[in-house]
Amino acid sequence: MSFTRRNALALGSAAIAVTLLPLRAFAASEKSMEAITAFADGATVAEGGIELTTPEIAENGNTVPVEFSAPGAKRVMLLADGNPSPGVATFNFGALADPSGSTRIRLAGTQNVIAIAEMADGSYTQVAKAVKVTIGGCGG
Amino acid sequence: MKKFTKTLTCVIAASAFATVAVADEDAKLIINDELKIETNVAASADSPLDELFSGWVFRSNETQLMQMDDFDNPSFIFVEQAEEQFAKVDGTEGKACATCHEDVASFKGLRTVLPRHNASTGKLDTMATLINDCRTDRMGAEPWKFSKGKMTSMKALISLQSRGMPMNVAVDGGAAEAFEKGKELYYTRVGQLDMSCANCHEDNYGNMIRADHLSQGQTNGFPTYRLKNAKLNSIQGRFKGCMKNIRATPYKEGSDEFTALELYVASRGNGLQVESPSVRN
Amino acid sequence: MAKARVKAPKTAAAGEMVTIKTLVNHPMESGQRKDKEGNLIPRKIINAFTATFGGEHVVAAAFEAAISTNPYFQFSFTVPATGDLVMKWTDDDGSMIEQTKTITVA
Repeated sequence: MSFTRRNALALGSAAIAVTLLPLRAFAASEKSMEAITAFADGATVAEGGIELTTPEIAENGNTVPVEFSAPGAKRVMLLADGNPSPGVATFNFGALADPSGSTRIRLAGTQNVIAIAEMADGSYTQVAKAVKVTIGGCGG
Repeated sequence: MKKFTKTLTCVIAASAFATVAVADEDAKLIINDELKIETNVAASADSPLDELFSGWVFRSNETQLMQMDDFDNPSFIFVEQAEEQFAKVDGTEGKACATCHEDVASFKGLRTVLPRHNASTGKLDTMATLINDCRTDRMGAEPWKFSKGKMTSMKALISLQSRGMPMNVAVDGGAAEAFEKGKELYYTRVGQLDMSCANCHEDNYGNMIRADHLSQGQTNGFPTYRLKNAKLNSIQGRFKGCMKNIRATPYKEGSDEFTALELYVASRGNGLQVESPSVRN
Repeated sequence: MAKARVKAPKTAAAGEMVTIKTLVNHPMESGQRKDKEGNLIPRKIINAFTATFGGEHVVAAAFEAAISTNPYFQFSFTVPATGDLVMKWTDDDGSMIEQTKTITVA
């Protein structure tokens, strides 16, 4: 199946536009930093080791699907760095569990979603993903 | 296909927002790993559209996924509530829907032919009016408001029984007058923004309107769970919303205008399979 | 309180990883919204979820107001033997929803 030519053009030009849009460097807000420090009990937090899946553009900021997988983690915390209150959820995994999960969250605007994990060996790591949140068109 | 000549410069921008990550042309809709829905079907010879696309096609990957499993689809919270309501006695006659209708599965096919001409009343029946007629005339119960939870949930349950069946509303005979009225409404510009349904849904489907990916405005997926308001939305509820968006005074839900429009819009989607209850943005 | 919708397999092989989907009907009133008079609508959310299997802790989650209306949570775990997956959701007001799914290992 194919859209009409004008649709294909719209899709094509937009693709280029996206790669040129500056993505915010990962610098968490003060509130987020507080939450991360509390979660990690002040320890240094490395980067990487978590697969965080978020949409590049949220279809609607009211319901944004988020998935994470942190192999070897005991706990994972999700933060929405640009929300009035960054806390989203904290997960505590038992021995039977796979340290992964999927949920739907509210994002107040374009921002980073941050996942922080406490690993089995007591170390900490984090990953951030930028999510664009838009105001809809006539869908309101 | 009608050519769109008047430019909507203030409304439709050649948006810099990516649409690549948004619509996957090759995505296939298979519900619960078993029910295949053809989201792109050929239009009939006399259709103003070249081909028909389900609204599912225009949504982001993540939104599309939500409709593919009845446990991911939040509509089913309300379908379950309606199942309970169906079995519940309501009204002065001491009846439940189930008293007469036994199994809700007996409504298979109904969604595909509504709205339809009622020979005795001379008007169109919609699912909402059929439900309320039963409630008031046969159950002695209060009619439900068109877009409130109980009504949309019951519509979702009844529509679900036709899921996968192609839409097939009649536009001839007794329905011809309403069809023509609905068609006129569809193509008439209204509101401060002076727009008709066709301006977006016929002339510009596939384009972005700000950050929204415009669909053909088909109704085969209603009632639909919208991410925007996290609840089920009805067709005429959506008509109302659309009219407000273009700053026009909406017709009333259940009005002759909206019912005629519902018939016309449904006919534009004849051939698309019922996806109710669907998930949209 | 509302019911939960849970997708869980009825059977599994010993040691098999299974995925559970959960969905609860709840407004998740964030406490940020205002009513027509401009007053803040008080927060009322599901703030916790726990799942145990055969009495053993699988996952415990704390939810904040950023979790969407009709909270959805999908998780996975390894099934050691036949047992009950017991899931509990707790509302801010202390009320709870509970649901159990039995998974049988042949």
